Amino acid sequence: MILERKDILGIKELSKDEILLILDTADSFIEISTREIKKVPTLRGKTVINLFYEASTRTRTSFEIAAKRLSADTINISASTSSVVKGETLLDTARNLEAMNPDVIVIRHSAAGAPHMLAGMVKQSIINAGDGAHEHPTQALLDMMTIRAKKGRLENLNIAIVGDIAHSRVARSNIYGLKKMGAQVTVAGPATMIPRDIEQMGVTVYSSLDEAIKEVDVIMMLRIQIERQQQNIFPSLREYAQRFCLSKKNISLAKEDVLVMHPGPINRGVEISPDIADGPYSVILDQVTNGVAVRMALLYLLTGGKA
Amino acid sequence: MKNKNRVVMDAEAIDRSLTRVAYEILEKNKGLDDLVLIGIRTGGICLANRLQRKIAAMEGIEVPLGILDVTLYRDDLLRTNKKPRIGKTDITFSLDDKKVVLVDDVLFTGRTIRAAMDALIDFGRPRLIQLAVLIDRGHRELPIRADFVGKNLPSSLWEDVSVNLTEKDGVDEVVIEMDSEE
Repeated sequence: MILERKDILGIKELSKDEILLILDTADSFIEISTREIKKVPTLRGKTVINLFYEASTRTRTSFEIAAKRLSADTINISASTSSVVKGETLLDTARNLEAMNPDVIVIRHSAAGAPHMLAGMVKQSIINAGDGAHEHPTQALLDMMTIRAKKGRLENLNIAIVGDIAHSRVARSNIYGLKKMGAQVTVAGPATMIPRDIEQMGVTVYSSLDEAIKEVDVIMMLRIQIERQQQNIFPSLREYAQRFCLSKKNISLAKEDVLVMHPGPINRGVEISPDIADGPYSVILDQVTNGVAVRMALLYLLTGGKA
Repeated sequence: MKNKNRVVMDAEAIDRSLTRVAYEILEKNKGLDDLVLIGIRTGGICLANRLQRKIAAMEGIEVPLGILDVTLYRDDLLRTNKKPRIGKTDITFSLDDKKVVLVDDVLFTGRTIRAAMDALIDFGRPRLIQLAVLIDRGHRELPIRADFVGKNLPSSLWEDVSVNLTEKDGVDEVVIEMDSEE
């Protein structure tokens, strides 16, 4: 089994076998990050460009560390310090980057479909590091890797995703992936944060946190995107927290060995209470560790030889 | 289409060779102090296990055993589009100042061993590295030789040498397979 594609744009396009190949490869890469010399020579002479049009700490650092641990050269471009502020279009930026012959371009953009457009225009491999409210494939892969490592499987697990489902690329990619791998997914959030056609993705919808997390194996809390509060999709953070904050009070509704996940950054006391975020159920930092391995796996699988 | 397969070692022959190799490892290293075995994935793992058991039976001591996947150090990795699956490397002990015996099934071009040595040195600074193989079939492309050899098996380049072991193939035997183009 080899990954026969140029780009990783979303989980929607990936087959179950491709997801398994990526997760298995990532499992083997974990060990490299525990060595004293955290570097293998595999991608020597390859260049990875991180092109970030939106703020990011975790994802950008994770891609950079992943590329460096494989000995690739990395260049980071963030929109705020690039020619974007002079009015250069995405396409012109991409064509200029292409002219410098990198091998992989990792892109995060606020417009859904931006990585797909780029993939069609340049010969380099494109990895989607989050496009608008559309997909965030590497986050879903690292989430699935973390669940599989802790539970030993993905099939037949009950997984609740809670928060702003409508604006969450993390939720969308995870739903595609988890359904493909045979898990049952429930979602919950305020009505304004649940997309109208979400049932068509094969998930069960609840309007309360307590119902959604009853007897589940995994709870994925999403970040409340405070920057969107101006759009009036929820009345106040306080009210949101009262209804949807995962805390000591409600966690006992889930299974005894429940995993609590969060893609970060956390709003402590809004979607998750500090004692849960730092508590024994939390695998939030495992997610971050596994993220490096997943991104190493993708860079390895995508960087081909002579086509 | 005639595929002529020739069995060149059976279970007994393999076992006797490994017993001798185990004794030679002890003799050359004057005991077990600081000795560790590293099996190269995948062919070397079973053999390293067997050597560990034989040494334990002789000396009553279990020497540390690690598993090394050399794929990420291969020199042909970016020349093909076929990406080999990455196996797990599992070395839970320090290699600093250790006498490392690398174990593999077949020594051929020497490129795998080059990759393995580069990998080992990323794990620390061993006092020395030795190489134990069940079969040396010649045709080296790098200046590399084995310290312990089960059997020297002169072969032609259009032959395939495969080492089958009970743990993974259900039977212990070494087979020479002729490519059917002949």
